[in-house]
Amino acid sequence: MKVTLKVWRQKNANTPGGFKTYSSPDLNENMSFLEMLDVVNEELANKGEEPIAFDHDCREGICGTCSLVIDGKPHGPHQGVATCQTYMRSFKNGDEIVIEPFRAKAFPLIKDLVVDRAAFDRIQHAGGFISVRTGAAPDANSIPVPKENADLAMDAAQCIGCGACVAACKNASAMLFVAAKVSHLGLMPQGQPERYKRVKAMVDQMDAEGFGGCTVTGSCEAVCPKEISLDFIARMNRDYGVALLKGEPKAMEGGGVG
Amino acid sequence: MATLNSNIPAGPLASKWEKHKFSTKLINPANKRKYKIIVVGAGLAGASASATLAELGYEVHNFVFHDSPRRAHSVAAQGGINAAKNYQNDGDSVHRLFYDTIKGGDFRAREANVHRLAEVSVNIIDQCAAQGVPFAREYGGLLDNRSFGGAQVSRTFYARGQTGQQLLLGAYSALNKMIGAGGVKSYTHAEMLDLVVVDGHAKGIIVRNLQTGEITRHSGDAVVLATGGYGNVYNLSTYARGSNVTASWRAYKRGACFGNPCYTQIHPTCIPVSGDYQSKLTLMSESLRNDGRVWVPKRKEDCKKRPQDIAEEDRDYYLERMYSAFGNLAPRDIASRAAKTVCDEGRGIGETGLGVYLDFSAAINRLGEAKVRERYGNLFAMYHEITNESAYQTPMRIYPAVHYTMGGLWVDYNLMSNVPGLFVLGEANFSDHGANRLGASALMQGLSDGYFVLPATISGYLATQNPGKRPAADAAAFKEAEENVQTLTKRLLGNKGKRTPDSFHKELGKLMWEYCGMARNKAGLEKGIKAIGELREEFWKNVSVLGEAGEWNQSLERAGRIADFIELGELMCRDALMREESCGGHFREEYQYTPDDPETKQGLVNPGDVKRRDDQFAFVSAWEYAGAPDKAPILNKEPLVYEEVHMSTRSYK
Amino acid sequence: MNLINRVWQSSLGKKYIMALTGCALFFFLIGHLLGNLQVFGQPELINTYAHFLKSKPGLLWGARLGLLACVGLHILAAVQLTAMNKEARPQGYAGGSAYGASKASQYMIVSGLVILAFVVYHLAHFTALLPGVNGTGDFRKLTTVLHGQTVPDVYAMMILGFQVWWVVAFYLIAQWMLFNHLGHGLASMFQSLGLRNHVWWPRVQGFAKLASIGIFIGYAIIPVAIFLRIVGADYAEKAKHQFSQSSPPAATLIAEVNGKEAK
Repeated sequence: MKVTLKVWRQKNANTPGGFKTYSSPDLNENMSFLEMLDVVNEELANKGEEPIAFDHDCREGICGTCSLVIDGKPHGPHQGVATCQTYMRSFKNGDEIVIEPFRAKAFPLIKDLVVDRAAFDRIQHAGGFISVRTGAAPDANSIPVPKENADLAMDAAQCIGCGACVAACKNASAMLFVAAKVSHLGLMPQGQPERYKRVKAMVDQMDAEGFGGCTVTGSCEAVCPKEISLDFIARMNRDYGVALLKGEPKAMEGGGVG
Repeated sequence: MATLNSNIPAGPLASKWEKHKFSTKLINPANKRKYKIIVVGAGLAGASASATLAELGYEVHNFVFHDSPRRAHSVAAQGGINAAKNYQNDGDSVHRLFYDTIKGGDFRAREANVHRLAEVSVNIIDQCAAQGVPFAREYGGLLDNRSFGGAQVSRTFYARGQTGQQLLLGAYSALNKMIGAGGVKSYTHAEMLDLVVVDGHAKGIIVRNLQTGEITRHSGDAVVLATGGYGNVYNLSTYARGSNVTASWRAYKRGACFGNPCYTQIHPTCIPVSGDYQSKLTLMSESLRNDGRVWVPKRKEDCKKRPQDIAEEDRDYYLERMYSAFGNLAPRDIASRAAKTVCDEGRGIGETGLGVYLDFSAAINRLGEAKVRERYGNLFAMYHEITNESAYQTPMRIYPAVHYTMGGLWVDYNLMSNVPGLFVLGEANFSDHGANRLGASALMQGLSDGYFVLPATISGYLATQNPGKRPAADAAAFKEAEENVQTLTKRLLGNKGKRTPDSFHKELGKLMWEYCGMARNKAGLEKGIKAIGELREEFWKNVSVLGEAGEWNQSLERAGRIADFIELGELMCRDALMREESCGGHFREEYQYTPDDPETKQGLVNPGDVKRRDDQFAFVSAWEYAGAPDKAPILNKEPLVYEEVHMSTRSYK
Repeated sequence: MNLINRVWQSSLGKKYIMALTGCALFFFLIGHLLGNLQVFGQPELINTYAHFLKSKPGLLWGARLGLLACVGLHILAAVQLTAMNKEARPQGYAGGSAYGASKASQYMIVSGLVILAFVVYHLAHFTALLPGVNGTGDFRKLTTVLHGQTVPDVYAMMILGFQVWWVVAFYLIAQWMLFNHLGHGLASMFQSLGLRNHVWWPRVQGFAKLASIGIFIGYAIIPVAIFLRIVGADYAEKAKHQFSQSSPPAATLIAEVNGKEAK
């Protein structure tokens, strides 16, 4: 099979970009989408043209590095998989495929199809953790966790941090990502002490990064390679509301003893 | 010759680690913040080490070439993590985990290291549970376990089929906590391209910012490499495409010895190769072998039939037949080689004939499809995505693929290499798995090194260094190292050849798989060394790297990494050639059990199983760079002294 | 103040405001509908109701100001959030966009603006009784006698008002927009406030669907029934002649001064 690619090319953030059209060489339908790009890139390189820059790493749908908006849908036509697990058998011979980078103010473009998703890291720095020092942990079975909570936490924790939710949302909102993180930790008993502090800090950082708000369109859930549910956004909304009502903790006097 | 002192503490095996922790010098809290530690990599080992060192009060700078510390390939580990908790009351203990691991490694690992690993394993689970890692639970709310290859107890903790991801996110969250608190400075898109050695000590690194191309110098009191394994030398592997050996290799070229480079793990359950365009092989978790049965047709002529059409009595469940005690849960090296053997006999299945079935029909009949779906649903879905086949209806097709490298930079008991101040953790070091790693042990080792071992041992080195006296980044050694990196970059970009870097990688991969793959022999390895040497010359004559140095340039990144892989490939072949025995994942065709051997007759092993030669090869090979890629490297040997365990014939029958 | 500030400063806080004000407006819609459906009874029924409202100015103005505040906050939050959302996605996609999102959810601001325009018209139409907007005549002239008192003839205003085709068309378009707005907004209200989980989400969505359909049918049948002359056709003929009187009778003037609302 052969396809035509309409690919966004942009040298860097300061240079305007545009679409360029390439015809693929003969492809095999068992190729992954990224392998198809590899093949196209090899051909470009052999012609002395700079290959198309795109992000990828594990190529098994778990590292969250690959991105791409394929025909308007982040991670391509399939449900519940990342771009790297999209196979050419999902396309037909002669198709024109439009490939664009994730678009969001909070994800500035680096080159071609590569964007910078460091905003996600900064949200995590703000509160995406349980403060436990190495060595300070009690025996793992000393705190039982109801199976349904552990399972639900795992549903949220599966998030691979790819940013497809942001890319799909018409508001470039990061709510699903942040909600997944907040819910994962908030559902575990170990996460309770910092539950409200965490949600406040992470949502505030999310706002500061310039992501949009949630208008419950459900696009995020529809494209999420891990099919993370909007349920978690509701959960986060609830937790954040409680955090707002609680307000800041009372300031403590410093000083020690002895 | 390098001096290799393993620094294994004296005393009984079980108390070595406790004793060593006590005798290691400490740094007082006020001085800790004066020491700056550079950590390269943020997989399980790198992230956990960075977080823990920062908690202790050191100034930590963490470098990853990814866009985020959360992307490291630890994330892809599916099955689980071992720990000697004995929550199942099935007879597990620290000693049993230690013994299983030593035996699994075919008696080519250091006793003391492995025992420490088993001791620390229990703390890892506690730590991860406290971080909120959503491990699988039983209905009572307590942790669930499953069994894994090479063990007869259920000691593997797991989080669906994404244990590596969850543990990595746990370590990443610890790292985030310390980044947020200012204890760790995180550099992303930052690839280490050289190690800076000042007066024989590792004191810094040279880094290229992959976004801007900017080259920067970073000085520290110690350098920690946690940069993963080098299986991508085979091009096709279960590794992430970006996984590379460059950090380790550049350290090797600065004097760090490379230990046991030929020990590679070929994982038995991967999706078979489908074509030349392929960039990556996908692993199907070993946990599938808990409920899946491996078979091929008994007769060659049945191979092209649909599996459903092959009668039960015409199927050869060869693992169950050959290794009745462990059956489908035989260790990875053994399961892989058995698959190769049946395929070499012409009984392989699938279009290429390089595949065997992993069949779940018995499990589905026994447990019901729902239960199987609950256990392995995501793996089945992944298999379906890749192959367009449903494993609920037809058996999976699997074949072995390169998955892990037991070899790596040589380190002593303190995880310090022979270059003082250079520490190496996780898969990047050679230490704990001997010649074969058991399933669910890599996660254990990465976290053990990062959370518990390095933070306890690094003070021993730092105590010998004056606080606040590390060399400045304008010292001559830094300048020299930076120039070295600049020169290499210029050379790659200026080399107006005709071939893409990837074409060399593909060629290298084929050579490695052919000559240094699942089965090796003298003639092949000699051929391989020659061919790879020629490939290296061809690379520098004919590689073409497009783009510029001062920008995002994936061709340049890849070219540098592939150049290192080519040199490494040659070293691996040399190591495999030198090691005239078979052990674990290293199978030399010349050294295998025959039907006439007494062990075969006693029923301990099968003909064709690996045959060690303890009298001559009970040592770690630690290769030292000779100054130029075309000069033969120098072999150093660290003898393996077993105080507690008797090196016996490894039997899984 | 601190709490208000905290709520207003965050994107989630503004969503809470949207949800709470939206909820209040939804309850108003139900009340308003129940009042209006009295048009299907005898003319005295709705006229008595309208007169009752008018006779309690405190209650009336309290409700009006409350509603105005809700509408104002709802719009202000929506405008600010929309601006933020637009800013968050400076460049769109060429290959299509908003995968998996319903049309209703994507065009909330459009449906909201149409509803706003309608509300303004509706107030001019039946509250301020501006003569130029109804396409039929001066509603201020329509009066009737109720328990010996001359009061505005709200029934006549509705009957005559909804015999004008383009008024009916505009009302129906606005109700269609309201239907879409509510269909998405009512469910989102629970989502934004976090008042649901996976068990309740289908129920919440079902409720949103039923409620928005109910509101649509309820509001749409009034103009339709009147336009099709199913309701009040005879009464209209009688009321119409009041338009031709030279000046409004005294009682209607009084009503005007009191700020009568045609409920």
